[in-house]
Amino acid sequence: MSNLPTELKYARSHEWVRAEGGDLVSVGISDHAQELLGDLVFVELPEVGAGVDAGSECAVVESVKAASDVYSPVTGEVVEVNEALADAPETINDSPYEDGWMFKVRLSDPAELEGLLDAAAYSEVIESE
Amino acid sequence: MLIFEQSMPGRRAVAQAPLDEGAFPDIPEAFLRQRPAALPEVSEMQVVRHYTRLSQKNFSIDTQFYPLGSCTMKYNPRGANTLAMLPGFLSRHPEAPPSHSQGFLACMHELQEILKEVTGMRAVSLSPAAGAQGEFAGVAMIRAYHDARGDHARSEILVPDAAHGTNPATAVMCGYKVREIPTRRDGDVDVEALRGVIGPQTAGIMLTNPSTLGVFERRIEEIAALVHAAGGLLYYDGANLNAILGKVRPGDMGFDVIHVNLHKTFSTPHGGGGPGAGPVGVSERLVPYLPVPLVARDGDAYRWLLEEDCPESIGRLSAFAGNAGVLLRAYVYARMIGREGMARIAEYSALNANYMQAQLRKAGFDAAYPARRASHEFIITLRRQAKRLGVSTMDFAKRLLDHGVHAPTTYFPLLVPECLLIEPTETEDKATLDGFVEAMAVILEEAERDPERVRDAPHTLPVRRLDDVRAARELDLAWRPGADT
Repeated sequence: MSNLPTELKYARSHEWVRAEGGDLVSVGISDHAQELLGDLVFVELPEVGAGVDAGSECAVVESVKAASDVYSPVTGEVVEVNEALADAPETINDSPYEDGWMFKVRLSDPAELEGLLDAAAYSEVIESE
Repeated sequence: MLIFEQSMPGRRAVAQAPLDEGAFPDIPEAFLRQRPAALPEVSEMQVVRHYTRLSQKNFSIDTQFYPLGSCTMKYNPRGANTLAMLPGFLSRHPEAPPSHSQGFLACMHELQEILKEVTGMRAVSLSPAAGAQGEFAGVAMIRAYHDARGDHARSEILVPDAAHGTNPATAVMCGYKVREIPTRRDGDVDVEALRGVIGPQTAGIMLTNPSTLGVFERRIEEIAALVHAAGGLLYYDGANLNAILGKVRPGDMGFDVIHVNLHKTFSTPHGGGGPGAGPVGVSERLVPYLPVPLVARDGDAYRWLLEEDCPESIGRLSAFAGNAGVLLRAYVYARMIGREGMARIAEYSALNANYMQAQLRKAGFDAAYPARRASHEFIITLRRQAKRLGVSTMDFAKRLLDHGVHAPTTYFPLLVPECLLIEPTETEDKATLDGFVEAMAVILEEAERDPERVRDAPHTLPVRRLDDVRAARELDLAWRPGADT
């Protein structure tokens, strides 16, 4: 059973969101997603300053099995990306919720977070797949 | 071991050596090598043994069952090779004038006609040198059509999420934005979702039918009507044409452009670099844009149609006329099979796939779309086994190699977790299909008893499990003297 921290919000497309205080959130992919993808060999991150819409493609993760788009779960502006992933994509496999964070977004509308899934609801999504 | 590693200074293949070192007075001094090339220094016999050993390590359709889904790895009849290698074909220079190439041009013209007939399209160009180039030519023609009408607002190509990755890649290469269409649980395109995103920005849709999920798109006529009503065009990816050959024609389904993978459906050599051939067929409205050269027939004489004959053509895709040797093999194959034979291809490839799917289900495996009849291929998912036994689809695939079978396509389409996409083709007999099912049953039983054995496979091949993760992360393609090996 994959690890699902309860303080995070989740998207059906397997990203997680952590509230970092104020209107700032960090985003990554879930333990379940990294497990399905297998060992990651490449990560493409958005540009700092780019605008992202909830549900839009904004990054790519690639394993030896598959390349997969990562969708932004929220709307806003990318203010920081995890540059360390470029040289060490396996960080996402080893630590999907901590060191493997992908990018940080300044939210246009903090209320948007309430529309995301909590750990229990996301767990049901995984089960039903 | 690389042949470079067998090199010994001064060793040569004397019988093969040129009589003199050669002088190249025509080449400017600046372009001549300063040092001899770093070639391996080996004897003739070493070379023969090295490459013969390598060839013995091949997994190929000539040695093993090769049920690689979506690839149509069928037997390549030797008769097609023999006829395509007649001296008149082999010795024909690509610049030879048409008056000296009437036989070759006649074969190419007939192949155009055969492909038109079997796909239901208005005209065919043989020149794309592979499936990907055929796709590129197809979408370039869609763009040329809209541009010629001054319809520049069309910026999107629709692609179902089950599509081959080449489809969105092609659309992007041709300057379009890709919009993904979801698939319903039953495997059909979600027509309601399609309705929601189609509009004046839609340049076209790229579809594979049967889809990569191994099922026939049942609402294709409705999809065609929707796309056409919005002013878009329909692109047919010919990857799965084997399933419907001689039975249903993409032209009759409403498609405007199609590419055919001759190296799949028309049984020319496939894999290991091909070379492939990806002819394109079009409906009436795209005829002016076909890539040149085409072959025309005037009475009993054949001639090339070139840029000056087809001013609106998207142009040439290669220096000459595509992969001539491959086109000849496909032509011979089509003539050997004939019209009735083509229908039998569809019947037997679908029968073989459905038989295997039924037998695998009996052996305890889960079909991804159990309610649907398979086309020429089908998907099983090992999700349940992976969860319960900790043995993945990749482990099953590697263990199959020990059983003398080339593994089916793994982890594609991405929509189905832990999947195997299995395509037996029409050229395999029942005993081979049963052998595969038996091997899968044995591996399943082994996974219950000794999962480690499956996770460590293969055990009997020249190399064990390769570290594909390290290979991708630390890519190293060039041999250097003294590099650690």
